[in-house]
Amino acid sequence: MSATTPSGDFRTSYREDMTIFPTRNSRIALWAGLALLLASPLLLGRYELGLLINIGIMGIAALGLNILVGFTGQISIGHAAFFGFGAFASAWLHEGWHIPVAFCIPLAGLMTALVGLVFGAPAARLKGLYLAIATLAAQFILEDFFARAQWFTGGVAGRITEPFALGGWVADREETYLYVVVAYVVVMFLGAANLMRTRDGRALVAVRDHYLSAEVMGINLAYYRTLSFGIASFYAGIGGALYAHYLLFVSVEAFNILFSIQFLGMVIIGGLGSIMGSLMGAAFMVLLPEVVQAGADLLAGGAIDRALKLGASISFLREMAVGAAIILFLLFEPDGLAHRWRLIKAYWKLYPYSH
Amino acid sequence: MAEAGAPILAAEQVSLRFGGVRALTDVSFQVNRGEVFSIIGPNGAGKTSMVNCISGRYRPTEGAIRFDGADITRVPTRRRAGLGIGRTFQNLALFGHMSVLDNIMVGRHHLLRRGFLPGMIYWLGGAQDEEIAHRREVEEIIDFLEIQHIRKAPAGTLPYGLRKRVELARAVALKPRLILLDEPMAGMNLEEKEDMARYILDLNEEWGMTVLMIEHDMGVVMDISQRVMVLDFGRKIAEGTPEAVLADPHVRRAYLGEADEVVRDIDESMPV
Repeated sequence: MSATTPSGDFRTSYREDMTIFPTRNSRIALWAGLALLLASPLLLGRYELGLLINIGIMGIAALGLNILVGFTGQISIGHAAFFGFGAFASAWLHEGWHIPVAFCIPLAGLMTALVGLVFGAPAARLKGLYLAIATLAAQFILEDFFARAQWFTGGVAGRITEPFALGGWVADREETYLYVVVAYVVVMFLGAANLMRTRDGRALVAVRDHYLSAEVMGINLAYYRTLSFGIASFYAGIGGALYAHYLLFVSVEAFNILFSIQFLGMVIIGGLGSIMGSLMGAAFMVLLPEVVQAGADLLAGGAIDRALKLGASISFLREMAVGAAIILFLLFEPDGLAHRWRLIKAYWKLYPYSH
Repeated sequence: MAEAGAPILAAEQVSLRFGGVRALTDVSFQVNRGEVFSIIGPNGAGKTSMVNCISGRYRPTEGAIRFDGADITRVPTRRRAGLGIGRTFQNLALFGHMSVLDNIMVGRHHLLRRGFLPGMIYWLGGAQDEEIAHRREVEEIIDFLEIQHIRKAPAGTLPYGLRKRVELARAVALKPRLILLDEPMAGMNLEEKEDMARYILDLNEEWGMTVLMIEHDMGVVMDISQRVMVLDFGRKIAEGTPEAVLADPHVRRAYLGEADEVVRDIDESMPV
């Protein structure tokens, strides 16, 4: 948060000084953005709506990872496994227990949180590289579980899921499912923003910044390190469940370690320790392949293609671009898109008197 | 709560060893309710080790620490905030990426009741009211320590003297009955030292906190403490009023670096 506010923006109560969106302009922008999003099914095609849905789903899961990595200073390279667990859990709850999909999604989040607490238990004692290896183990254990637990995941055949339905309203197309995702994005992001401005959120950051003095402040380190895993898994589970009822099919192979690294990429690119950054990072990761693909299509058959004999390997540009983006961000923008956004805002706030 | 005259803190023959290194040997002392008590001594004398034993960072190898009459030797560090012990650190230990306000609010951790679930639904579970109520109290601390202008600044970006003050604010926010200050004035200029001395006296007299302080600046120690304990090589070599301690021949030798027969005698008579 910047310490400066635009002139004319006065707060006369602590309540006004403790809002999530601090300035009038930011609130206007928020409502305008939401209105635009709700109107987008009228404006955009199914493919573009699908991209928005993906951004929302990945954004929720990335936010969970950001709470763990960015705010608490832990590490997890098994986030996609929890995302996958949420997807299967929701499908299983619906098919096995005949619970309506609308209730399956939050329940799947809770189930994933429990699994996350189990795998997060080592976090109470491990740090850094050791914890990274422990979460890697979680990734492989869960992947193996997906492949073997036929009753839960449908085994190698995968699981077909039902579309989201509430009352008589069925969200089986992009135009309708977008509203479900937007609702979840709003709730989950508000929840995280609220968490970070209250007791337990501050405790998480305190554990990250200086765990010795956090302990003197009465903070139980083991509790908060484990809790952080539980919350991260809850977000991953919600994201996964939304994903399952969007694709209407969950495959066992989807939730591999590459996917986990992609989540880490979103968090790093978006900005560690930034709530909105998680959404920006997710948008970046979802849109980057589209941009690269467009570029590759332009290249295909062109002079450079012929000269370098790229041929079929042009499609690998996508993967390479993701890797290159992470490296470039680490080098030139280690605080992520959110930081860049803050700088832009600060620039305009003071324009034209920047000093 | 124990009766008014009883000591708020008592160390009973506290020894602390790290392998073969004896950081503290048989240190006993008492801090009375409402006093400003200073620990002085040369570098490496064990002052910070003693404070770490009280705040729970270290567990004494032998001996006991009593707070308000209860044995807290084995109480985990995180529970001591709730008992009423706050501290600052010699090398700054702020949460660098948090704002000053959030740093101080972390000090309220053990007083806040709304955990992550009510926290996430901020407006519904009472978390908002709780935050506002505590914000009000924290603002009083901010006013008292004169850090209003930086309350929204990230703590890690502040100059040294202000960081020291923010750390004091965070410790005060715990509402401690005993506050441990590890070199609150180290590295400060004269003006900052005078400010800090005034804050410490106000904390003691107006906020009713018992102060246990480590400090090297003898001028400050003499001016504001009621009693002083001197440590040297992990042993207590003197305790009393500032004047009496300064006049003590062992203390003079410890500070001048001369050989001290008495200390050496104690050393030789100790079973190893």
